[in-house]
Amino acid sequence: MVMERYAKISKKDFSKWFSSLEDHGRLYGPKKKEGRHVFRPIKDISELDLNYIPTILPPKKYYFPQKEKLLKFSIKPFKTAKAISEFEEFVLFGVHTCDIAGIQCMDVVFREEPVDSNYINRKDRMTTVGIECLKPCDKYANCVSMGNHVPKGGYDIMLTELEDKYIIHINSIKGENLLHKRPYIKKCAPADREQLDVLRKNKEQVFKEEFIGRLTEVYTAFSKLYKSDIWRDVGKRCVGCGNCTAVCPTCYCFDVLDELEFNLNDGLRYRIWNSCQMDDFARVSGGEDFRPGRDARQRHRYYRKFKYPVDKFNRYFCTGCGRCSRTCMAEINLIETVNDLIGEYRNVSVGI
Amino acid sequence: MFQSESKEIISVSPYRAHPAEIVLIKDYTPLEKLFRLKLPEDVEFKYTPGQFAEISIFGVGEAPISICSSPTDKGYFEITVRNAGSLTSALHNLKKGDVVGVRGAFGKGFPIDNFFGNDILIVAGGLGIVPLRGLIRYIMYHRKDFGDVQILLGCKSPKEMLFNDEVSQWGRHLDILFRCTVDKADPDWKGNIGLITELIPGVTLNPMRTYAIVVGPPIMYKFVIKELLKKSIPDRQIIVSLERRMKCGLGKCGHCQINGIYVCQNGPVFRYRDIKGLEEAL
Repeated sequence: MVMERYAKISKKDFSKWFSSLEDHGRLYGPKKKEGRHVFRPIKDISELDLNYIPTILPPKKYYFPQKEKLLKFSIKPFKTAKAISEFEEFVLFGVHTCDIAGIQCMDVVFREEPVDSNYINRKDRMTTVGIECLKPCDKYANCVSMGNHVPKGGYDIMLTELEDKYIIHINSIKGENLLHKRPYIKKCAPADREQLDVLRKNKEQVFKEEFIGRLTEVYTAFSKLYKSDIWRDVGKRCVGCGNCTAVCPTCYCFDVLDELEFNLNDGLRYRIWNSCQMDDFARVSGGEDFRPGRDARQRHRYYRKFKYPVDKFNRYFCTGCGRCSRTCMAEINLIETVNDLIGEYRNVSVGI
Repeated sequence: MFQSESKEIISVSPYRAHPAEIVLIKDYTPLEKLFRLKLPEDVEFKYTPGQFAEISIFGVGEAPISICSSPTDKGYFEITVRNAGSLTSALHNLKKGDVVGVRGAFGKGFPIDNFFGNDILIVAGGLGIVPLRGLIRYIMYHRKDFGDVQILLGCKSPKEMLFNDEVSQWGRHLDILFRCTVDKADPDWKGNIGLITELIPGVTLNPMRTYAIVVGPPIMYKFVIKELLKKSIPDRQIIVSLERRMKCGLGKCGHCQINGIYVCQNGPVFRYRDIKGLEEAL
């Protein structure tokens, strides 16, 4: 049986340890930018800010880049070649549990046959260091209802701040390597584990479910209310900007695009992020649009979080990070939409 | 304590396209051309009628195109393409001897294994004849393994008829019942005039042993399926092929999604039974 493993590091040693992580690949972490936070390469620990609410973009930009080479080609003679010959090792440092849930969602999608070699090549070179949230971030997040406010795997190590130290949960051999041969990393004493248990208990008092019903009820509401007026209302307010899908840690729709060099013979085929909120997303060259209307497109986005992936992968694709609501120019709010649906479902059920 | 993780780079990319030489071009209409494509000997390209390939012209892009030949046509495969978008218009400018990129074949084709020994009713509207031509060629090749075979073909006008060289042969085959209709006739048109739906009530069939295979423009399905159900054909024996924007062919990019399913992987051929509950399907 595999045992759970815990270690700890004193805050005074943290900086030393962080610097030593450079040996494991390029470091990316949360950093302040104009009043918000973003994931960026971190050269010095002074740039790192672990006290943050979800970054503007999730870290998906590192394992599923916004623009990514798929294939190198030449037209005459017809030739194709690998577009990327080397993938670099990197460490994602200070990732919230909601964003780790996002990584787990992307994993099931891109590891499903036919596997996506680009994603897997990147992901295999990624080391994830999580940081546990100790207080709810803002009114937009729904991580508690999604069950993502506590660590649930998907990382190499997880840090939990506890007074003058961090408790470290080791979840893989890669994670173990980040701690290896560093004498200042100490074994966790039973007292530390008890403290951690108390911390988790206390979290239950502070973190409250955001939805008015449990996830099973959310799923049932989605199953029954495909034709609800709620979608018409959401569609009316939506401006079709696509911000919600760009910032979502589990949105992965893409388009494929060729770019030629100046000789007009050699070039690269790329994939770029695309959004189901764009009005040409489901349109074919004959002109037929198979998902017309912002109401249908918003509904599609929601169903891709709360219904379709549950049927296919047994996994909710909403992580509860709150980014879509936080970024929406029309103030479409995911918690409100889901709660309205639950409310309507309850009314309808009573009516029957 | 932990299993070590593999770090090998996966070098086989599903996005790699193979070169296919255009060995024959047939102009059927001012808008539609057939291309016969030949892949290098060492490239395995297996398909069943109803599947599609991703066709590339580097620098322009890639598009999903139905295969219109049958695996019984050895040594090449064929596509028939309407000049409608950027890739297809570039394709129309190519000549014999030019090379295009090919990925595939993708998706689920017609469930031919289920068709053997049964009667076949093919309903083709407009460009729907393109994937069905592959199926028809397959059935003709293995003709004795099927029961009655009927083909209903509809298009806007006689001028827009595809595969007219082959279509005129189907009409002469004694073992195939062939009917054709146009929305608008020319003075020398001798066939039916009217919608394809109007041909179905007059068809004689045994619903329990008939597979009805329907491919056509989106608007056609609702009306044709209604007529087929009136004939008591079970919904599991009504087969359709759905057009969607299939960008990657791998069930990832999201463009071809119908509710929870991906047309490029789960389709494009479906049993009506399996999609009738999906709001976005028909």
